[in-house]
Amino acid sequence: MLNYIWSAIVIVSIICSVVCGNTHELSNAVIDSGAAAIELIMTMAGVMCLWSGIMKIAEQSGFTSIIARLFTPLLRLLFPNLDPRGETFGSITMNISANLLGLGNTATPFGLKAMQGLNRINGQSKTASDEMIVFVVMNTASLQLLPTMLGTLRQTYGSKAPFEIMPCVWISSACALAAALAIAVGINKTKIGRK
Amino acid sequence: MEFAMPLFAAVIVAFGLIKRVPVFDCFAKGAREGLGVLYKIAPTIIGLVFAVNLLRSSGAVDVICGFVQPAADFIGFPKEVVPMAMLRPVSGSGSSALLIGVFEQCGPDSFAGRVASVIAGSSETTFYAIAMYYGSIGVKNLRHTLAAAIAADLTAFAVSVITVNAFL
Repeated sequence: MLNYIWSAIVIVSIICSVVCGNTHELSNAVIDSGAAAIELIMTMAGVMCLWSGIMKIAEQSGFTSIIARLFTPLLRLLFPNLDPRGETFGSITMNISANLLGLGNTATPFGLKAMQGLNRINGQSKTASDEMIVFVVMNTASLQLLPTMLGTLRQTYGSKAPFEIMPCVWISSACALAAALAIAVGINKTKIGRK
Repeated sequence: MEFAMPLFAAVIVAFGLIKRVPVFDCFAKGAREGLGVLYKIAPTIIGLVFAVNLLRSSGAVDVICGFVQPAADFIGFPKEVVPMAMLRPVSGSGSSALLIGVFEQCGPDSFAGRVASVIAGSSETTFYAIAMYYGSIGVKNLRHTLAAAIAADLTAFAVSVITVNAFL
């Protein structure tokens, strides 16, 4: 998908610059973009290393598991047909809490494991089960509590209060998640679209 | 609010100490992993920053924004953020590149900069996540997954504008 989007952006831009007479600006942008990209990567490198390091401590010390335990009651409501002591339910809780802590790299393996478990329960069907839909939808709504990368990028580009947006991010995330779950669970309940 | 990040870090380090985890070794291990991830995504970022810079300098962004401006104005959505919102569900690094584009153009504390920030924080690379999770187990019929996921993204876009207007 990105192959087409990227090519389209490059070609459309070059045609557009000729039509609009911005060829000079475009040439400058080509030269500057390499330096701009490296600058962005250097900014991201610092945050990424620092927080990956801190979060490794959270993982190894069992902090993540404690967070996971806090979410068990809520997840029981969303996955009423799963055994709360089973491995699949465990993978789901770990995935959700890792996402919440901003541990994208930890969340993904747990998520893939959860999907495999759900697939087994679903009898290896080609059609998504109710649980799969709820789980994937939870992963497509961003749940991160502390958007560290976002804050750092804001600060790098001169924000006076890089974290002032946090309450807005939480409200917006919560609303997005609520909308997604309402549709997922609502349609699951009506049994529409099931084979 | 400014103190949330250092406090969070302190809590985790203290918790690690109490649990007798080799805190600094863990930190170094995690930091190395972080660097590895960055190494892997760096070429993608370079390619996308290049594309985004072309898009901006050629005037193509202005043309695209011109098309959607009436609709964006109608719901109070800042037009500078439209390209980022459109790329957000598809590519995380691509929308990061567009996010800093908005920061450079309008500043992070402008209305557009704030809305772009809230969108970046409250939406996900929806299509990527769906493709990865369902692809891993060979499920083809997604039923209403896409409808629910797109509803989440659209809600995030709308609520971003509303909350920035209301609180900031």
